[in-house]
Amino acid sequence: MSDSGRSATPASVSPDGADQAEAIRAIRLRHPWRNVVAVILVAMLALFIVDASQREAYGWENFGKFVFDRRISQAAGYTLLLTVYSMIIAIILGVTLAVMRLSDNPVVKGIAWLYLWVFRGTPVYVQLVFWGLFATIYSTIDLGIPFTEPWLSIDTNDLISVFWLAVVGLALNESAYMAEIVRAGILSVDKGQDEAATALGMSWLQTMTRVVIPQAMRIIIPPTGNEVISMLKTTSLVTAIPFSLELYGRSRDISVVIFDPIPLLLVASAWYLLFTSILMVGQYFLEKRFSRGVGQARPEKPGTETGAVTLKTGVVPTPGAASDAGTATDPAAGTGTTTDPTGKEHQ
Amino acid sequence: MTNAAVSDVPMVHADRVSKSFGSNEVLKSISLTVTQGEVMCLVGPSGSGKSTFLRCINHLERVDAGRLSVDGVLVGYEERGDKLYELKPREAARQRRDIGMVFQRFNLFPHMTALENIIEAPIRVNKLKKDAAIAHGRELLARVGLADKADAYPAHLSGGQQQRVAIARALAMEPKLMLFDEPTSALDPELVGEVLDVMKGLAESGMTMIVVTHEMGFAKEVADQLVFMDGGVVVESGDPDEVLGNPQHQRTRAFLSKVL
Repeated sequence: MSDSGRSATPASVSPDGADQAEAIRAIRLRHPWRNVVAVILVAMLALFIVDASQREAYGWENFGKFVFDRRISQAAGYTLLLTVYSMIIAIILGVTLAVMRLSDNPVVKGIAWLYLWVFRGTPVYVQLVFWGLFATIYSTIDLGIPFTEPWLSIDTNDLISVFWLAVVGLALNESAYMAEIVRAGILSVDKGQDEAATALGMSWLQTMTRVVIPQAMRIIIPPTGNEVISMLKTTSLVTAIPFSLELYGRSRDISVVIFDPIPLLLVASAWYLLFTSILMVGQYFLEKRFSRGVGQARPEKPGTETGAVTLKTGVVPTPGAASDAGTATDPAAGTGTTTDPTGKEHQ
Repeated sequence: MTNAAVSDVPMVHADRVSKSFGSNEVLKSISLTVTQGEVMCLVGPSGSGKSTFLRCINHLERVDAGRLSVDGVLVGYEERGDKLYELKPREAARQRRDIGMVFQRFNLFPHMTALENIIEAPIRVNKLKKDAAIAHGRELLARVGLADKADAYPAHLSGGQQQRVAIARALAMEPKLMLFDEPTSALDPELVGEVLDVMKGLAESGMTMIVVTHEMGFAKEVADQLVFMDGGVVVESGDPDEVLGNPQHQRTRAFLSKVL
């Protein structure tokens, strides 16, 4: 750079690099307090671990004995089944409710709103207790014309088991949250997309399934992943029904028998942590899959995986991508926390 | 279809069409006729109702008063006896198939490649076989000069390329009428030309077109009829050279002095 200030590419002027400025070797700025805090934190953690490993009350012997107990692994299976079944029902019901809320028909809209009001406005634990009393409230399920002799009368206890009551209880509660997530997703899709599809002669159903929903998925997937993780933990509440064959219920039952509650809490926690960790990994890949074609991955924290970030350069913003920012404004759906895998609790 | 229909039935006929959004009257008794193969350019300041009129033609907006027909068929309604019946969604969709529309913001489907964008409606709506649709789609891409971009997603195309794909997408339905809603307004200046060239070629091939635009050069060169709208009314219309060269109305003169 010494020979000519106007040279556009000084590096090319001197291929041997002699002309290049010396790399800066400055004294790094010290952060003494940062180091102190780090040391204190590590020390506290180490202290806690050492203490916990020796502390009698944790009962590590029992932890080791029960963590791979057949009853526990079976219970883990029930927990997974509860999660999967109730999420499937909740998603189907949630999509239905979301479409109902976006309907032009005020009655349909009102009913969806009423549903959401009730199921989001009461604690899931209370709802589950209600479902447990379902057979008490409705001892028979009657088919026929109202206020006349029923054609068919079935005993509720024969019709639905405690397990399915738990599934239904969890699903109906969850569907209210899913409805808001799906609605936020649908609203996030640019209106021009709908118009373009309509102008091409596509029907409402074709427009929804081919154009709107696939784009809404990018917004819907991350919070739905949070909901699955949240649901996995919420299954521990079905003891309210009471259904106690899942992880937490089973652990507690065993602990009552052996008079040692703490190790079994640890056993249950370990299993929950295992499942949520797996789900978090799965969610990461799902999010990647559904940002395809948009060319703009969701913002990632610096220092983490940067593979998708390179796509951002030289990208023309599309209407769909431009409307992304708008979705975070819906406070009800909790879409603002999409990158936070811990999600929200709604118990 | 088009060959048989070359007759004295105008492609678009608007008879005292009015449209309001709430208390805001956007179109005030618009009467216009576009014949087969004609190119009409709609110009005027923003908010003058040009785009709304365009959207009424394929029933994206509902007409409040007057009659609007495309190729002799009433848009959005059916007249039986002396009563008008609203069309069912399915019937309205059928009418839209014959009318292609190109939007200011392109509105390509971002989750589909250029080719997928083009073949989507022919396959879903016209029930065309997939390979036939793909063959036709590639032909159309070549026609708009993007044969090599078939597998590109919209986000990886420039604005001009996106708009050309959007034109190809509309053409894939083999429309008898093409509507352009400010097709170059969202483009960088250096990309406007490539889109206008495609539109010129389309006009030369005999397509009936209605173009809302601010490109006076294009209007002058391609349009058979120029319509100047302001405040929801047609202020002036006629041969583009006449209207642009010798505007009769004060409002037309005022507008043209700003854009030319």
